[in-house]
Amino acid sequence: MKALFADRMRTSFVVLGSLLILFVAWPLLRTITATGPAVIWETLLDEEVSDSILLTFYSSLVATGVAFVCGVPLAYLLARVDFPGKWLVEGIIDVPIVVPHSAAGIALLMVFGRRTLLGRAFGLFGLKFVSAGPGIIIAMLFVSLPLLVDAAREGFEAVDPRLERVARTLGASPWRAFCRISFPLAWRSILSGIILMWARGLSEFGAVVILAYHPMAAPVLLYERFLSFGLRYSRPVATLMILICLATFVVLRVTAGRKRGEA
Amino acid sequence: MNDSARMQVRDLWLDLGEFHLRQIDLDIADGEYFVILGPTGAGKTVLLEAIAGLHQLQEGHILLDDEDVTGMPPERRGVGFVYQDYMLFPHLNVAKNVAFGLKLRGMGREAIKERVTGVSRLLGIDHLLHRSPATLSGGEQQRVALARALVVEPRLLLLDEPLSALDPEMRESLQRELARLHRELGTTTMHVTHDFEEAVALGERIAVLNEGQVVQVGSSEEIFRRPNSEFVARFVGVRNVFPGEIRRAGDGRRVFRFDGIEMAVVTDLAGRAHASLRPEDIIISKAPLRSSARNSFPGRIATIADRGTVIYVTVSVPPDFTCVITRRSLEEMELKEGMEIHIAFKASAVHVF
Repeated sequence: MKALFADRMRTSFVVLGSLLILFVAWPLLRTITATGPAVIWETLLDEEVSDSILLTFYSSLVATGVAFVCGVPLAYLLARVDFPGKWLVEGIIDVPIVVPHSAAGIALLMVFGRRTLLGRAFGLFGLKFVSAGPGIIIAMLFVSLPLLVDAAREGFEAVDPRLERVARTLGASPWRAFCRISFPLAWRSILSGIILMWARGLSEFGAVVILAYHPMAAPVLLYERFLSFGLRYSRPVATLMILICLATFVVLRVTAGRKRGEA
Repeated sequence: MNDSARMQVRDLWLDLGEFHLRQIDLDIADGEYFVILGPTGAGKTVLLEAIAGLHQLQEGHILLDDEDVTGMPPERRGVGFVYQDYMLFPHLNVAKNVAFGLKLRGMGREAIKERVTGVSRLLGIDHLLHRSPATLSGGEQQRVALARALVVEPRLLLLDEPLSALDPEMRESLQRELARLHRELGTTTMHVTHDFEEAVALGERIAVLNEGQVVQVGSSEEIFRRPNSEFVARFVGVRNVFPGEIRRAGDGRRVFRFDGIEMAVVTDLAGRAHASLRPEDIIISKAPLRSSARNSFPGRIATIADRGTVIYVTVSVPPDFTCVITRRSLEEMELKEGMEIHIAFKASAVHVF
């Protein structure tokens, strides 16, 4: 603690930094404290709200699942292999971070819309994206997948490739070496990527609202209540969302912390 | 282990950008302890990894017991590998590390336990089985890595600088351990190192590797006595290296006997060993020297090699000792080839290993 105020420079840095901390923490705390527990409970019992929250959780979970199945192998390749055009692949994976999320929604609409080739093809199997659950899922997937891929990649990069080589000489096929050595050793990173991606998916509004206004994901519901009924009625929903996301975030911090503690 | 194999490398070429191997030909006999000696960056590790099947060859063949294994994946070659920095699986305890290869072979629990216990006793790590690798010392970790490689009874054991990460004391004890394991198990072994004493102490034969090429293959004597290139001479250095035996002299002090002569040494070792002596530690004189030097021999100058600033004088006692003197001493003593002279050096100048 003393080290924070060791000299004038540090003291002024503390003041400047605190402004930012306050800027984040104050509004969140204000929102939470403005709503009593009774109102929050009541809000949670509101079927429209609880359905919407469940839908959001579920959609983000499916999106994370898809990213896990395809993204972990991709992350492994990026961590292990140098190939021509790798920079391009890495760039593409990170593009969703820099694109405005509403623009991402439009872009997805161009490919998964009702009249598009892909939209029609999926339509044959009864799967539609516009104004439907799957639309929420692909919107969440698009904007949050870099978090999982990047975390998994960092996890694999931290595993010495020679560990796999030793496993190979001991009789492990590439698959076995991956499942028994690389994956377990990268697991903590992957797990924090999963949590981070899932949490990011929960909070997605821009891309979701363009692909699927209905059924209403929680951020969309919040927005709609704000527009229709004003601050007073949207606040409990906001409080609820903030509390849930905070809880998720604490879990994330605990896992990440444990990882650091081990190393 | 009776299923140990002869290993041949034929015309191996490999280019990994950073490292490359060119036209490597090796023939290692069944049960031989073969050392690859070379400086950092010579491609030693890559060569071992290529033999293990971890790199695809551009050209060439690798044969185990005359079977071409060039295209065979590493998991089917039966080649054990030990890295310099151990590479123990950090998420598994010692027992599970050692059992890793056995489990992959679908062996039953009891059989695995038996084999793990056996190899752990052999390496003196049976008291560590429940520990996590992170809590072990370097020497202990390397023993575990050896146990893990040996427990599956490899046809060929590849050791990549297995002693280099250890402190000197531990290095010496593990070096003796490697020699003992090889005597007991007889596994064909390829050991990579940049340390010439390690190479001499362990290798039945040595291959010197430089810039991805084998520049000389032979016994340690051949390499040190008759380096076939400037590089080998420079890399191994001009030294006197003798194989021999350590004996206890009448007064309890140790002597090193070789080629019919005995020299006083300071060591705790016993039995067969090597002794090395730096040329600059030998004093040349025309008359026998009365000094603290405990070793003094008469001999005849065999050759005088002028290397500019210093001059190498080979004195045949026999055996041959190489000494280094300055141009001034050469002129003052008027040394000539064929002259009878005396050499002397301290017992403590002799390094026994």
